[in-house]
Amino acid sequence: MKHPTPKATRHVNQNESLIFEKSSSGKAAWKLPPLDVPEVDAAKLLGRAERKDLGHMPEVSEIEIIRHFTRLSTWNYAIDLGMYPLGSCTMKYNPRVNEVVARLEGLANGHPYQPEKISQGALRILKTLSDCLLEITGMEAITLQPAAGAHGELTGLLLVRAHHQAKGNPRKKVLIPDSAHGTNPATAAMVGYAVENLKSNARGMVEVSALEAQMNDDVAALMLTNPNTLGVFEQEIHKIAQILHAKGGLLYMDGANMNALVGKVRPGDFGVDVMHLNLHKTFSTPHGGGGPGSGPVAVKRALEPFLPKPVVITKSDGTLGFEYNRPQSVGRVRSFYGNFGMFVRALAYILANGPDGLRQTTEDAVLNANYIRKGLEGIYDLPYATPSMHEVVFSDKLQARKGVKTMDIAKRLIDYGFHPYTTAFPLIVPGALMIEPTESEDKAEMDLFIAAMKSIAQEVEEDPQTVLDAPHTTRVSRLDETAAARKPVLRWKP
Amino acid sequence: MLKAIGARSIDDLFAPIPAEYRLNRDLTVPRQMAESEIVDWFRQRSQENGIEYTSFLGAGAYLHYRPVIVDSLISRGEFLTAYTPYQAEISQGTLQAIFEFQTMICELTGMEVANASMYDGSTAAAEAAMMAGRVTGRNSVVIAKSLHPEYREVLATYAHHQGMPLTLAGFTETGRVNLKELEQAVTPDTACVLIQSPNFFGTVEDVNAIADIAHKHGALLVVSIAEAVSLGIVEPPRQADIVAMEAQSFGVPLGFGGPYCGVIATQEKFVRQMPGRLAGQTTDRKGKRGFVLTLATREQHIRREKATSNICTNQALVALMVNIFMTVYGKVGLKELAKQNLAKTAYSAEQFSKHARILFSGAPRFNEFVVQTSEDPYVINSRLLGHKLVGGLPLKKFYPELGNAALWCCTEMTTRTAIDTAVGMLAESESEEPRGEHAVEEVAR
Repeated sequence: MKHPTPKATRHVNQNESLIFEKSSSGKAAWKLPPLDVPEVDAAKLLGRAERKDLGHMPEVSEIEIIRHFTRLSTWNYAIDLGMYPLGSCTMKYNPRVNEVVARLEGLANGHPYQPEKISQGALRILKTLSDCLLEITGMEAITLQPAAGAHGELTGLLLVRAHHQAKGNPRKKVLIPDSAHGTNPATAAMVGYAVENLKSNARGMVEVSALEAQMNDDVAALMLTNPNTLGVFEQEIHKIAQILHAKGGLLYMDGANMNALVGKVRPGDFGVDVMHLNLHKTFSTPHGGGGPGSGPVAVKRALEPFLPKPVVITKSDGTLGFEYNRPQSVGRVRSFYGNFGMFVRALAYILANGPDGLRQTTEDAVLNANYIRKGLEGIYDLPYATPSMHEVVFSDKLQARKGVKTMDIAKRLIDYGFHPYTTAFPLIVPGALMIEPTESEDKAEMDLFIAAMKSIAQEVEEDPQTVLDAPHTTRVSRLDETAAARKPVLRWKP
Repeated sequence: MLKAIGARSIDDLFAPIPAEYRLNRDLTVPRQMAESEIVDWFRQRSQENGIEYTSFLGAGAYLHYRPVIVDSLISRGEFLTAYTPYQAEISQGTLQAIFEFQTMICELTGMEVANASMYDGSTAAAEAAMMAGRVTGRNSVVIAKSLHPEYREVLATYAHHQGMPLTLAGFTETGRVNLKELEQAVTPDTACVLIQSPNFFGTVEDVNAIADIAHKHGALLVVSIAEAVSLGIVEPPRQADIVAMEAQSFGVPLGFGGPYCGVIATQEKFVRQMPGRLAGQTTDRKGKRGFVLTLATREQHIRREKATSNICTNQALVALMVNIFMTVYGKVGLKELAKQNLAKTAYSAEQFSKHARILFSGAPRFNEFVVQTSEDPYVINSRLLGHKLVGGLPLKKFYPELGNAALWCCTEMTTRTAIDTAVGMLAESESEEPRGEHAVEEVAR
């Protein structure tokens, strides 16, 4: 490496085959206790439905399994290894106490249909978390049922639709800014709404005059991320809400970027009617390599009758219970009550922070993003000069002159010991570099990141090929995605 | 840092937020707690959550033994605290694990491709029905009434706004789908027939016969599997076009209903209409084997409103639990495990049958069975609860036509002692005259 980095060093790591390639007959990692009831003849009980053979399921020993997955794990980057500045993903530290409390026996082994009388602990967690999230968002009613952010969006738009339907007309379309996440338009389509794009203005915000022109009685809602995907707070949010409300439309807020707001400003106070939260972003539940998430949806009072059922209620004797008799409910969006284990973790995070901690978390997240912005301004192009909140978006405009694109810089960052930022998003910034440090990073880690980004910019000038060929230090490099999609190999075969 | 940025105070950084909306007070949430206090608080909640009870509940959430290495391995920070594996070079661990997961799901279900996970069994079933609509260009769905009632509710929610009509097909006295009703319900507009096997009552369906009816009319067959352990001993629905599964039984804690692990598996020819992430094998510049997320052109971040689904975050870490569980039990263990479940259920059903009526006994079943009593099952359960036993799920709410019926479940975790005690307490009431007024408490929903 031309510019050695203090952050990373090369280190032996183990090769490992697919588990099926290690399998051989007779190896086992399981043992069942002796049966305390009479043995049965499966052929007699099941007849034609009896399964004879389990195909190529593996047979391996316990140490092989431990080594297999441990070796695989060492091929991953993780928050636990360092800064993970994926914009819009809020990769913050996942406190380990969350994992401990989620595994307490009564919570981990509680059956969703066990009697309410012996479910008061779980119900108390649902209720306490709901109350906290309502206070944090400034909203008035909530469902915890949705299993992820996109599932929350779906639920939120179902509520929007039910609200309009109850007034006699479900309306036809949803407005979505051109800077929005892909889930927003995909969700609108699932709920049967046509999607109409809303152009951003030169400051990266919703153009209020365009909204005014596009707003009419056919518009059910505007789906807005605030701060938006440029990390910019929609300063004219009150006007946006007014324009929608004047024509009977609703303001939906995608809460993906709530990490910029908690304890400082509440969506319910600035005119939002319905929003979802991502417990796996703002509230520290682990991403786990892509999930599980949890996407609670909070609403204003007018939408409460439509919430998915059941909802948690306090009964006349003071105990908690589920209420199923909800005639106007949009129905269920998931079996049981949602990703309960994530509620436990999110509540543990809220309790660990309290009011002061939640506010400081937000302040630190915004401070960190601005520190990185200052550190890289001038070295990377800043397409929008509007102040940043919790994330900052640069473009590869300066490096593209040498033929180096955002993905190349991202891949080179891997050699410097960091996970890349989010590339090529939002779509309104050609060649975007979207960086979100979160509050979890200290100045030393961010200084290393800034130094790495500066060093790469210098490499682009002196030796662009090094950057174009990156990463140089990983097990595999620049895998052939085109071939993977053209002739998909989606499973192992003997 | 403020100085470097050129700001006087933190408040400067929040200046873009209009002053009238800024919160100038503390949030009213509980005060900050020390770690020890947090653990105490949740320990109390755990104590209030039925920890000393032995349960006969199943109905889509099953108590199976979880090998300890499941949690040892998923607790590694490199799995726990990684994002979706978009940057393949530093995500090979997650990607190879998904590839192995997909392979094992295919082996077990008899399908050719499987995705990396869906939220749960209910949303997997709903998404499978939508997928069938895209594949066939048809718009309605025929659902077995023996599909998990909550899965049916979720499908109804999804289908409602797609303008997708749903028709129910009932069950016969064997608990299996009423084939005559099914045949009548299928029309030229039927995109798919959606059944569950083993179904909500534990009955194994005659998948061949149902597949014939669906296929004769050009509809797809979607089979929902809620009890994954059944795949160790019950022939998988190889005639299905789509399998929509809940894999919770494979090493995932009951967790009061989630997080669980839905999966969709199907045939290769339908893969481009499939929702959710897929890991695929490829090579790098030097020809070395590696894995990437693939066929992303189906997904929302590329296709936006034309995507096959809006799903983004899935249940990755839970799928890893399932993966490790399948690896631990493997080819032989899964079969032996399933056999123990079969034996416990056979014993239990036989004991119950001495004092009550077991419904649906004309067809094979896996680890659930329906017990009909003369006494209200809520009353029976109320009595059992006093002895730290949670009885079967009363079915009145979902199937009022079955009268005093409850769905009981046994797994390898259910001891003979627990079964005998429960049967004994049920027998007590069944041999006595009805007791007249009794404070009935709704102990199960």
